[in-house]
Amino acid sequence: MPVVEIAGKPIHVNEEGFLTEYGEWDTDIAKVLAKQIEVDLTDEHWKIINFLREDFKVQGETATSRRVQTVGGVPVKEQFALFPKKPAKKMAYIAGLPKPKGCV
Amino acid sequence: MKKLLVLGGGTAGTMVVNKLRKKLRKDEWQITIVDKDNHHIYQPGLLLMPFGVYTSEELVKERDHFFPSGIEYISGDIDIVDAKANRVVLVDGRIFAYDQLVIATGTTPRPDQTPGLNDELIWHKSAFDFYTLNGSIALKDALEDWPGGRMVVHITEMPIKCPVAPLEFAFLADAYFTEKKMRDKVEITYVTPLEGAFTKPACSRALGKMLVDRKIALEPDFMIERVDPESKTIISMDEREIPFDLLVTVPLNMGADFIGRSGLGDDLNYVPVDKQNFLSKKYGNIFALGDASDIPASKAGSVAHFAIDLFAENFVEYIQGREMKHNFDGHANCFIESGNGKGLLIDFNYTTEPLPGMFPIPVLGPMPLLKESRINHLGKLAFRWIYWNLLLKGRWIPIPALMSMKGKKQPVLTEGVKVNASR
Repeated sequence: MPVVEIAGKPIHVNEEGFLTEYGEWDTDIAKVLAKQIEVDLTDEHWKIINFLREDFKVQGETATSRRVQTVGGVPVKEQFALFPKKPAKKMAYIAGLPKPKGCV
Repeated sequence: MKKLLVLGGGTAGTMVVNKLRKKLRKDEWQITIVDKDNHHIYQPGLLLMPFGVYTSEELVKERDHFFPSGIEYISGDIDIVDAKANRVVLVDGRIFAYDQLVIATGTTPRPDQTPGLNDELIWHKSAFDFYTLNGSIALKDALEDWPGGRMVVHITEMPIKCPVAPLEFAFLADAYFTEKKMRDKVEITYVTPLEGAFTKPACSRALGKMLVDRKIALEPDFMIERVDPESKTIISMDEREIPFDLLVTVPLNMGADFIGRSGLGDDLNYVPVDKQNFLSKKYGNIFALGDASDIPASKAGSVAHFAIDLFAENFVEYIQGREMKHNFDGHANCFIESGNGKGLLIDFNYTTEPLPGMFPIPVLGPMPLLKESRINHLGKLAFRWIYWNLLLKGRWIPIPALMSMKGKKQPVLTEGVKVNASR
């Protein structure tokens, strides 16, 4: 797996650029990742990212868009507004988690 | 006397009782299987039925015809699994206690989950599913008289049963209209929530090219919000609108409602299990097999078949208090109909995507992988006989349960792949 430098730290990523080590992520890295895919992070974005991080810790896998709606409380439509075109993939990318199952 | 209770007498449930009745002593284990009706449908046939290949008589047989002697078959609707009390309650009030429970109630299309889809203006009139017998028959009738126009082939959300089936439908529709000399009157669009034609990269490329060759338009990343039955339009979460004259949709797939009611399911009523041995993550005497589980593999009969070959060995070890040693690798083996009497074959697992090569014997094949050929189409047709006569009854089939790399061409790793989440 490649190692890249993000926000001044060496970070393990997969061939698509998704972080592979849960513990290497922090909010500075999230900001850099968001910028790379042209997402301006607001409180609404952070609410989802924080939910994804917490949910992953318990479930051991990335929440799907459906789960972000039913458990995280953010409707899919709003996810599309916040992370245009590919919300599931973009949310996971910024949160430093693997792509969710649905889009493997 | 110990009790094994199997819920669902479809592909997975039927194979389980056939395998385990041979392995478990009749004076030690009583086996009971529950299903709400006695109609076993050969589901791969539903894809071909709209194009006039099969009649419903060829696709439906009685379930109990495939159960072995020495098991009990109960006809009834399941209300709830009371997992803490180790018992299952039916809607009519009957109660069945168990020592070990196997949930094999599959997955079902749910058109009611997309607003506007099952509106009586359009449902089974200009909007169809083909994963149910009624849907497939209604679509056959509609296609026969259809003068042409905009056909939209659509997937609501993954996972779905047999993830290649909607692509096959699009290929077969292209061939069907060409044969009827009306292909120029039909515009076919393939609408998917995925970012390409299929889930896995090499396969997505190969199948994507096949769409282009057939002049089938691809609309990726389309997450449906609703259907407008008046204007016959599907509308996405990001406000894209696609009009149709004939919609062939794969509705949201969900596991059985009793799984949700019993607190055993995830958001879509699939039972979370260990993906290597199918044991419930919550209860030590519940397994989920076939489409009913949440394993990250294709929901397909071949996966159920390979999984159950291993499960039968594991189950015997498990009830004897030994470690389960037959880990499942997610092996799937699927024929893909491509029209004009040809087909492709793909063979993959949790970690290896479908690769080109020959199957099952390296170089000799006779079936080429990830490539169109006549023999793959014949393989698909022959499979119906294998299914009814060998597979369901748990008889030996010359394909190993675990995937083999023999005959497959390894991909060359490309360097410098960049982050493409924004594309």
